[in-house]
Amino acid sequence: MAETQVHAAHHAPSQGFIRKYVFSVDHKIIGIQYLTLSMVSAFIGMALSWAMRIHLAYPDFRIPILGWLSPNGAPNGLMTPEYYLSLMTMHGTIMAFFVLTAAPFAGFGNFVLPIQVGAADMAFPRLNMSSFWVTFVGFLLAAATFFIPDGPPLSGWTAYAPLSAVGSVAGPGQGLGQTLWVLSIAMFCVASLMGALNFIVTTLDMRTKGLTLSRLPLSTWAWFIDAWVSLLAFAVLLPCGLLLALDRLGGTSFFIPGGLVFNDQLQPHSGGSPLLFQHLFWFFGHPEVYIIILPAFGIVSHIFPTFIRKPLVGGWKVITFAEIAVGTLSFVVWGHHMFVSGMSPFMAMVFSVPTLFITIPSVIAVLVWVFSLYGANIRFDTPMLYSLGFVSLFITGGIGGFFLAQPSTDSYLHATSFVVGHFHFTMGLSAIFATFAGFYYWYPKIFGRTMNEKLGKLHFWLSFVGVYCVFITLHLTGFAGSVRRYSAFVDDFMIPLMPAQRFMTISALLLGAAQFIFLFNAIWSRFKGPKSSDNPWGATTLEWATTSPPPFDNFGGRQLTVYHGPMEYDDEASVMQTSPEASIAGT
Amino acid sequence: MAGKVFAVVVVLVTLVTAYCVVTHVWWMPVDISVHGPKIDHQIEETILVAGLLFIAGQIVLASFVFRYGGATGKPKQIPGGAKPLVIFAFVLVGTEVLALSFIGSKAWGAVYFEAPDPSSLRIDVQAGQFAYYFRYSGPDGKFGPLHPELINEGNQNYFGLDPDHDPDAKDDIVTAEIGIPVNKPILLTLHSKDVGHSFYVRELRVQQDFVPGLSIPVHFTAIQTGRYEIVCTQLCGLGHYNMKAYLSVLSQSDFDDWLKKQAAMQ
Repeated sequence: MAETQVHAAHHAPSQGFIRKYVFSVDHKIIGIQYLTLSMVSAFIGMALSWAMRIHLAYPDFRIPILGWLSPNGAPNGLMTPEYYLSLMTMHGTIMAFFVLTAAPFAGFGNFVLPIQVGAADMAFPRLNMSSFWVTFVGFLLAAATFFIPDGPPLSGWTAYAPLSAVGSVAGPGQGLGQTLWVLSIAMFCVASLMGALNFIVTTLDMRTKGLTLSRLPLSTWAWFIDAWVSLLAFAVLLPCGLLLALDRLGGTSFFIPGGLVFNDQLQPHSGGSPLLFQHLFWFFGHPEVYIIILPAFGIVSHIFPTFIRKPLVGGWKVITFAEIAVGTLSFVVWGHHMFVSGMSPFMAMVFSVPTLFITIPSVIAVLVWVFSLYGANIRFDTPMLYSLGFVSLFITGGIGGFFLAQPSTDSYLHATSFVVGHFHFTMGLSAIFATFAGFYYWYPKIFGRTMNEKLGKLHFWLSFVGVYCVFITLHLTGFAGSVRRYSAFVDDFMIPLMPAQRFMTISALLLGAAQFIFLFNAIWSRFKGPKSSDNPWGATTLEWATTSPPPFDNFGGRQLTVYHGPMEYDDEASVMQTSPEASIAGT
Repeated sequence: MAGKVFAVVVVLVTLVTAYCVVTHVWWMPVDISVHGPKIDHQIEETILVAGLLFIAGQIVLASFVFRYGGATGKPKQIPGGAKPLVIFAFVLVGTEVLALSFIGSKAWGAVYFEAPDPSSLRIDVQAGQFAYYFRYSGPDGKFGPLHPELINEGNQNYFGLDPDHDPDAKDDIVTAEIGIPVNKPILLTLHSKDVGHSFYVRELRVQQDFVPGLSIPVHFTAIQTGRYEIVCTQLCGLGHYNMKAYLSVLSQSDFDDWLKKQAAMQ
């Protein structure tokens, strides 16, 4: 059976522009499509955060482009409170789904995983193409909300019912905008489920001769584990979204209780439960942050050995088992988002304990990275700088988790900017840094050219310092009780925090500006960057055993045999996984 | 060079962060509740435990990067390999999280597992886009039943009371601010008429969501008079940022006078 599937994947290269570059079944093109979509989404998401930050710190500052985009939402360039919430909702949605879930998993996973396992393509190339295009339709539905009269929904990326369920009586954006949003997320779920299935089958069935699980590159391990988490988590978000859509469009009351009154009108609903929505959403929502961060673990663990010139301490086992533990525990911690939700206070303890215990495998992963640096020969190419930056950000992010994992401390900090600072560190910026690490690392393989190192490093330093300036400050204002999701600070106790708000806005603008260095570098190097060799970093895994960029079937018809694990490094020396010579690092 | 710069930046960031937290650049206001010190203590405990991990993690990262950046020669692994690291994580971090769970559960339990004092002053809270309303039972000590279909903001019937048919509702006192006597146990019952809202008073160390369809109890005792902001922390729509009310903690006699005035205004 496995044999047939391997042969089935050896399809012929497609002819014609449309089949080759648009509706392509080639995993490499699909990977690039995902990465491109993520990059476009990331710049949109960032622009939204700029608009929000400017509005918060300088409420009188006019942003003419917003006025042009939405004359109702931002008359004369000054945004209304509802438009602020719309931008916030779309920032979260675009970043969480179309950037953080799409780039490190679907983007790099698609391009790299089949090559790393020595396959010619994914197990199901047409399913793979469908994953991308369904994601793209989801993206278009989300983007369309900007161009409808009421604008995007304002219920946040969490879309809590009944605010998200009752329709336009709950406010502008809650009509068509929220409906499009639900459909967009449902599309994203379908695409993610198809993608997860493909990743799992490809990893299990398409590995080349000799590539046992113990020899699997650590990035592929992480994508494989991640695919399982995705499969189980998106399978819950999809029905959650469909039930929400039914409440909105079909007159059902899954999430809407009886007795609701809007504008003095009793609503025709009864019997639903808003807490049921929260449970379903967070049953997905918490694994989702690990869906985002596990590929980052994998990318960084894959990059580290190349630039420290030795295997990770503990070999493949310790880091991989830590990832499996994190992935598994991620399914029993969701209630920590609901400590103050009205859920039974006894349940809070049930969710608090595993949430604290998930720290242990996370700490093991961090210890593996940090203590692998001991006795290493560290090289500071941009991918490594970003990997080190990731470790620092992830440590900082994890620390905030201690406060939010305990119901007693969370009851003060919940819904403050402390939470915003925390999740931006742990899964937002950490994953972005790992994505950058992967981008600088695999760019020569993807495009056959090298990115400019000086610009890469400049981009790193500005981003690293910028991230700390913005997101540590959010933690501090959170201690002062500054509430998140506010479009203006009118409360007596929040007005004194304005200097902090202005500091964060200026830092965020600089941090964002630094990303244009990256954009320029990525585009310029594509055409003008120096040609890359097949293996510019002196790495050992299969993607470096083929040309840059790889041919259509990845290895030019060669059937590879693997003899070693992925971390055969010893100072300058390294042994390719495909080389029959003796091991030098004993992996 | 890049390694040394990285190390210095990481150390600087760590020190500045630690400084801001230790010196309370922006910080929690003074607690005014009986249960608050337990929560504050737990936050301090967590700052200590998590802060040590934060500083240790960043400093070790920085020093290895500083020391081994650009090194040459045969690389070596840390003596003992991964085993001590895994044991360290299980023992030290395991102990820390167990301790936090254990002590933290006491702080949480003291607030949420305790039944409210039977002598508590009961106050109903109704949240709606984008205001809070409060209801006192009046001299009869009984709250009239709620009829959502009667809610009418124009007629100022915020709770949906029917005093013509429900004798218990006749003397209910509905207010836009909440006054409470100091040192008196208070039991709030939270209802929402439309979407999710929240009741957050920083000084009380209380945050509790309103969930439409549920009546959610919250109890506390304030020990310091004053006027404090109640803000909404659950995204409820366009006016979310502006949804607030005031909590006045008054001496018993001031409270009695205040409530009388409110009753007269019904």
